[in-house]
Amino acid sequence: MATNYSPKDDEGEQHKSRKPDNTAFKQQRLPAWQPILTAGTVLPAFFIIGLVFIPIGIGLFVTSNNIKEFEIDYTGIEPNSPCGICANNGTWNTTCTCEVHFRLDQPFEGNVFMYYGLSNFYQNHRRYVKSRDDSQLNGDKSSLKDPSKECEPYRMSNGRPIAPCGAIANSLFNDTLVLYYMDNGTRKEIQLTSNGIAWWTDKNVKFRNPTGDGNLSTIFKDTAKPLNWPKPVYDLDPTDPHNNGFINEDFIVWMRTAALPTFRKLYRLIMKTDSLTPTLQQGNYTLHVTYNYPVLSFDGRKRMILSTISWMGGKNPFLGIAYITVGSICFFLGVVLLIIHHKYGNRNTSADIPN
Amino acid sequence: MKLCGEKLIEEERRAIANNREYNEKFQYANNRIKTSKYNVVTFLPINLFEQFQRVANAYFLFLLLLQLIPHISSLSWFTTIVPLVLVLTITAVKDATDDFFRYKSDNQVNNRQSQVLIDGKLQNEKWMNVRVGDVIKLENNQFVAADLLLLSSSEPHGLGYVETAELDGETNLKVRHALTVTSELGADMCRLAEFDGEIICEPPNNKLDKFTGTLFWKETKYSLDNEKMLLRGCVLRNTEWCFGLVIFAGPDTKLMQNSGRTKFKRTSIDRLMNTLVLWIFGFLVCMGIILGIGNSIWESEVGFHFHIYLPWDEWMKNAIFSGFLSFWSYIIILNTVVPISLYVSVEVIRLGHSYFINWDRKMYYANKNTSAEARTTTLNEELGQIEYIFSDKTGTLTQNIMIFNKCSINGKAYGDVYDELGHKMEVSERTLPVDFSFNSLADLKFKFYDASLVEAIKLEDPSVHEFFRLLSLCHTVMPEEKNEGELVYQAQSPDEGALVTAARSFGFVFRSRTPETITVNEMGKSVVYQLLAILDFNNVRKRMSVIVRNPEGQIRLYSKGADTILFERLHPSNEDLMCVTSDHLSEFAGEGLRTLVLAYKDLDEAYFDKWQKMHHHASTALENRDEQLSDLYEEIEQDMMLLGATAVEDKLQEGVSDTIANLTLANIKVWVLTGDKQETAVNIGYSCNILTDDMNEIFIVSGCTVLEVREQIRKATEQMVGTPVCNGHGVSEKNGSLKLESVIEETIMGDYALVINGHSLAHALEADMQREFLDMASMCRTVICCRVTPLQKAQVVELVKTFKKAVTLAIGDGANDVSMIKSAHIGVGISGQEGMQAVLASDYSFGQFRYLQRLLLVHGRWSYLRMCKFLYYFFYKNFAFTLVHFWFGFFCGFSAQTVYDQWFITLYNIVYTSLPVLAMGIFDQDVNEQKSLEYTRLYEPGQLNLLFNKREFFICIVQGVYTSIVLFFVPYGAFCDTTRDDGTHLSDYQSFAVTVATSLVIVVSVQIGLDTSYWTAVNHFFIWGSVAVYFSILFAMHSNGLFSIFPSQFPFVGNARNSLVHLTVWLVIIVTTVLCIVPVVAIRFLMVDLKPTLSDKVRYMQRVRRKQKPLQHRMRRVNRTSSRRSGYAFSHQEGFGELITSGRNMRFYKPSPVVTGKSMLSSTSWIENLRKKTTDTMNSFGSEKNIKL
Repeated sequence: MATNYSPKDDEGEQHKSRKPDNTAFKQQRLPAWQPILTAGTVLPAFFIIGLVFIPIGIGLFVTSNNIKEFEIDYTGIEPNSPCGICANNGTWNTTCTCEVHFRLDQPFEGNVFMYYGLSNFYQNHRRYVKSRDDSQLNGDKSSLKDPSKECEPYRMSNGRPIAPCGAIANSLFNDTLVLYYMDNGTRKEIQLTSNGIAWWTDKNVKFRNPTGDGNLSTIFKDTAKPLNWPKPVYDLDPTDPHNNGFINEDFIVWMRTAALPTFRKLYRLIMKTDSLTPTLQQGNYTLHVTYNYPVLSFDGRKRMILSTISWMGGKNPFLGIAYITVGSICFFLGVVLLIIHHKYGNRNTSADIPN
Repeated sequence: MKLCGEKLIEEERRAIANNREYNEKFQYANNRIKTSKYNVVTFLPINLFEQFQRVANAYFLFLLLLQLIPHISSLSWFTTIVPLVLVLTITAVKDATDDFFRYKSDNQVNNRQSQVLIDGKLQNEKWMNVRVGDVIKLENNQFVAADLLLLSSSEPHGLGYVETAELDGETNLKVRHALTVTSELGADMCRLAEFDGEIICEPPNNKLDKFTGTLFWKETKYSLDNEKMLLRGCVLRNTEWCFGLVIFAGPDTKLMQNSGRTKFKRTSIDRLMNTLVLWIFGFLVCMGIILGIGNSIWESEVGFHFHIYLPWDEWMKNAIFSGFLSFWSYIIILNTVVPISLYVSVEVIRLGHSYFINWDRKMYYANKNTSAEARTTTLNEELGQIEYIFSDKTGTLTQNIMIFNKCSINGKAYGDVYDELGHKMEVSERTLPVDFSFNSLADLKFKFYDASLVEAIKLEDPSVHEFFRLLSLCHTVMPEEKNEGELVYQAQSPDEGALVTAARSFGFVFRSRTPETITVNEMGKSVVYQLLAILDFNNVRKRMSVIVRNPEGQIRLYSKGADTILFERLHPSNEDLMCVTSDHLSEFAGEGLRTLVLAYKDLDEAYFDKWQKMHHHASTALENRDEQLSDLYEEIEQDMMLLGATAVEDKLQEGVSDTIANLTLANIKVWVLTGDKQETAVNIGYSCNILTDDMNEIFIVSGCTVLEVREQIRKATEQMVGTPVCNGHGVSEKNGSLKLESVIEETIMGDYALVINGHSLAHALEADMQREFLDMASMCRTVICCRVTPLQKAQVVELVKTFKKAVTLAIGDGANDVSMIKSAHIGVGISGQEGMQAVLASDYSFGQFRYLQRLLLVHGRWSYLRMCKFLYYFFYKNFAFTLVHFWFGFFCGFSAQTVYDQWFITLYNIVYTSLPVLAMGIFDQDVNEQKSLEYTRLYEPGQLNLLFNKREFFICIVQGVYTSIVLFFVPYGAFCDTTRDDGTHLSDYQSFAVTVATSLVIVVSVQIGLDTSYWTAVNHFFIWGSVAVYFSILFAMHSNGLFSIFPSQFPFVGNARNSLVHLTVWLVIIVTTVLCIVPVVAIRFLMVDLKPTLSDKVRYMQRVRRKQKPLQHRMRRVNRTSSRRSGYAFSHQEGFGELITSGRNMRFYKPSPVVTGKSMLSSTSWIENLRKKTTDTMNSFGSEKNIKL
């Protein structure tokens, strides 16, 4: 660099040659792969992409179509719909129940998943997303007593820290859904499992109850319940200590905020009972809703979804179509480029170099 | 350089010698120079202040402050502060090192010792303590410490010789003489100490050749001029000691005044980049406004009703205010469209390129042990865009070594070498030079290859003897015989030196002269000629003659001069010989040699006596002395007998003509700006292929008045355009002329060249004529400006720079080129014989002119290419990255929620995507170096600015926007309503973030892969490495361990595991990638296939021929035959002749052992000094040194 020009250096290096080293690096002669886009590489690549993508797309599309999905909106916008009364009168904490009847035209085989879906619900709003305290949820004692500022305005209640704090926890979905199979007039309750609806890492790493002497209620003694909740956090599932407090799976699922304002969250599993009968038979069902969760005020919708699953997850025609489209485009482009190349292309590029 | 403090403008300078008290009143600057900016304490504040003056840095600081407001902050503070601190630190370290080296070099100069007369005694003082009014003593070969008035010297008549190479680039010695009254002071300390003359003179200025002032001493007034001044930067030569009175010191010296403020140079890419960054700011604000308005609407339409789950903060009054806040939040999260790492990355890439220049073995000059050096590291890509080269001549194109190469004596040409078969041979390293051992006084360095001439001498061919006798007598060279046989000639022009040296080697050794005699050792015996008259050279006469009386008593006039002049004055009997000689002359001139014709004339005693009387009369005449004298000269220089002609080679530097030819092929216009005379310059122009015989016309503009010049310029323009151009020179015409001019330039048929001299140039550069001049000049293929001053050089460069909007490069080696080097976009210094000042002012330096071709066509081209590709990709990747937030805004209530994890945002630019693009920016090459040189047209895209301009920027933005759309909407479509294969939901925010981020990293990695055309191991490592690093960091950040330590900083725990094991996620990533890349590949393929650029073609060919041996494609230099003749070989001014005949510069002392010893010492030190010169000069001019990393 410029700086090595000092006279002292000069004298010192009088005898030393300043000739730069002859290394490939310094002389910019590093061996290198120099790819160029030629017809020989680009066109086959397009065809291959086309040929690979189209079958994948078809496979995805078919799989997706084979998935059975049933969705019912039980919001009750119409006052005369089953949940209409609850929707218009129900508030937090006032228990209102309603029943929605529906019919499955096809039997659902294998494990069936039951979701609740919310629309127009902005779980991805910045102020909403940040309104939580992950330390608190991880069982940190100090955060339990002094939740993060981010939780405002759901941080303190009557001078006591809210556990769990924040807007997300506060708005926990609290409808209770029960499913009955109407077997010739008799109601048969379908067994719903709530175990295993949350990610393992969430349940075991991210969410933890504060440790301490005594049961959960003593640990959460000095905290307040979130404003909207009818019961404190340690009463979420009093029957199962591994599903209570912060590690309640319904709570965990809710806390994993959705990316988009329309989303579904896993509510319950309907496990396959035996291999002979389908999990959900063809027939009439009744969805019994304990309707607590108001959404009408912001024009939200609540849905109950039943779905089977395949190797690629839930029903999703988009991906299949996307693959088919992209594959076709590539193939088509390949053909077009091939034609162009044959008609106008410079096959002998080196011929007309000037100089 | 900072001038010390605010000072009233000095109107005149007064100083009294040896009276510090009096002089202190005026607070003149002392001799300390300061070029460094900081000291230890001020460094941090000043540097930070400077850094935050840069818009980008200030902007990021502003963002940082915004982020401290919790209601706006959409990102955590570390996403901005980490990169910002990184950037600031790197820059600060660089600045600090730069300044430290400046400080060191200042210190070195300031601490140099000089002898100052204080209290009647000589005391050693540091340079910086020298004050105005001090009397200081200088010794031979010392640098002059300040601008001095010469008081007295060791030489008779108070003469002093200085070398001014550092100042004006002229290597010949200049004579300075003291006033007679002061020269009488001698070295008498007491008298010097008593000297109390008062100087009243002009204030400090930068005119090197002018000084006006007066000295009042002992009630007498003496006028002072430049001839009595020793300027800082000169070196005292051939003068044992001298005393001088300091008049200007330190920053006031002419040298410093001339060095000027270093301009901060920026490349056109820099300027473009700044414009683009401003556009992007505008774009950013627009996006912010759109999203802010969106937020207002959303909050009033949706958010208001969503209050049960997400209440507004108490202080949030209404939706409009929310929109306002959201605007700022979006400004924060979208700030990555203007990547903070952009400027740093650009610097790093340029630094890399500079190192490659420094490391280039093919630009290493073994003879001087200098490698090329990129002294500034900020201009590299501009090297690929040069349209005009302004070159100095002496020392740059030529070596400034004159060599007696050929001669024609009495109709026979000597100098060519023939092999056994009689074929002419090229003189090469292996050709054996003629053996001069018969002559003990021969100059060992002199080489001549034609043995027949020596034979002719040995055979005592009278005309050959007479020829060399003439050469040994007819000149104004001063000999110095330090030791027996050790002759050193002091010639005012190198041509004369070459001729006298040649004569010396051939056995006619000029040994000594007195005002009346010349002693020549002719073939071993000493002959003393009586010198009767010197008819000196001047520009009109173009010849010089001497009249001598030989020992036999015969009086003879010897004359040498330009052929055109001498041929007219020959005796009619010479006609045949004249024809033959004329042919030879043509031949010599065709080879680019500088020729002189030699002739003699015998005079009879009576005639001469008469003439001498008249001469005496004329030379004492009070009126028309010059005219009378020249009439007399004219009279006697008639009917001469032709002896022959000499041909001196002004040796071109190696490879100059090839280089110029190649650069011309690359559409670069080469202008030569030289201080030399027109003839010399034209000569060199021919020999280095700037001018050729097949040019249609060479216009010579040499008018003395404005009108003449304008007329000449107009005529030339008319001739080129073919139709008369409008004569009016109104303002109204100006707009039209711009268009017209470009049309004209296209349609000019044929090659034209323009030669213009300094006088005319001065007129041509006047405001009302400069456009006209430039239009005309730029139509010519070549322009040669001769007799130009350093300032004019700079003016010409400025002219082209401002009106042509072209990128200019100035190359030179001397101090006289400094101004031009500084004003051109790029200055290149040749580390040559004329000292280091040009190098120190330059941006690039190397040992030989021919390396310029490599610097431009290889390094410059590559740099430009790399920088353009880098910028394209860099803007692309940041747009693709950032705009996803914009789309997401429509789905998250315009709440400025980010799509990605904050850590990803922090690391994206500085870790995940920085290295591959840096590797591309540093290593990429489309075609290799041989091909770059071979296909000079590859240089064109740079000149036309094709690779990165506003259009390209727009395309890259479109690509970025497209990518961001794909990146957001494909996962959106795929995820919106689906679940994982275990039934749990997939479309949670965190999984979405990871998917989009992963797609983004893969897409931009594939894209850089496509952009990289030269995959070295480093590229492989960085590209694959970046992807690998992305995944490792991703998994690390999502690991249990980190979460358990900082639960609130790493909320993404377990996400990578849970998302990336799913096939669906990968299917989404793959389809996203393909969708982003396919159109790009298709379009690029089509471009290459249908409209391949030259670079594409060469690349293709390179690939095809990879296995074949590369064809050697050398350009052969065509030997010209030329009808042009005689650039006569004088380059000195008149003046020495008078000094010689008056004997004023002669020293008479009997050789005493002491003196011999002393002079021997000084002679060795002279050589020593020459050798060391480079080193010394560097010390001296360290102050101008501008180290830029």
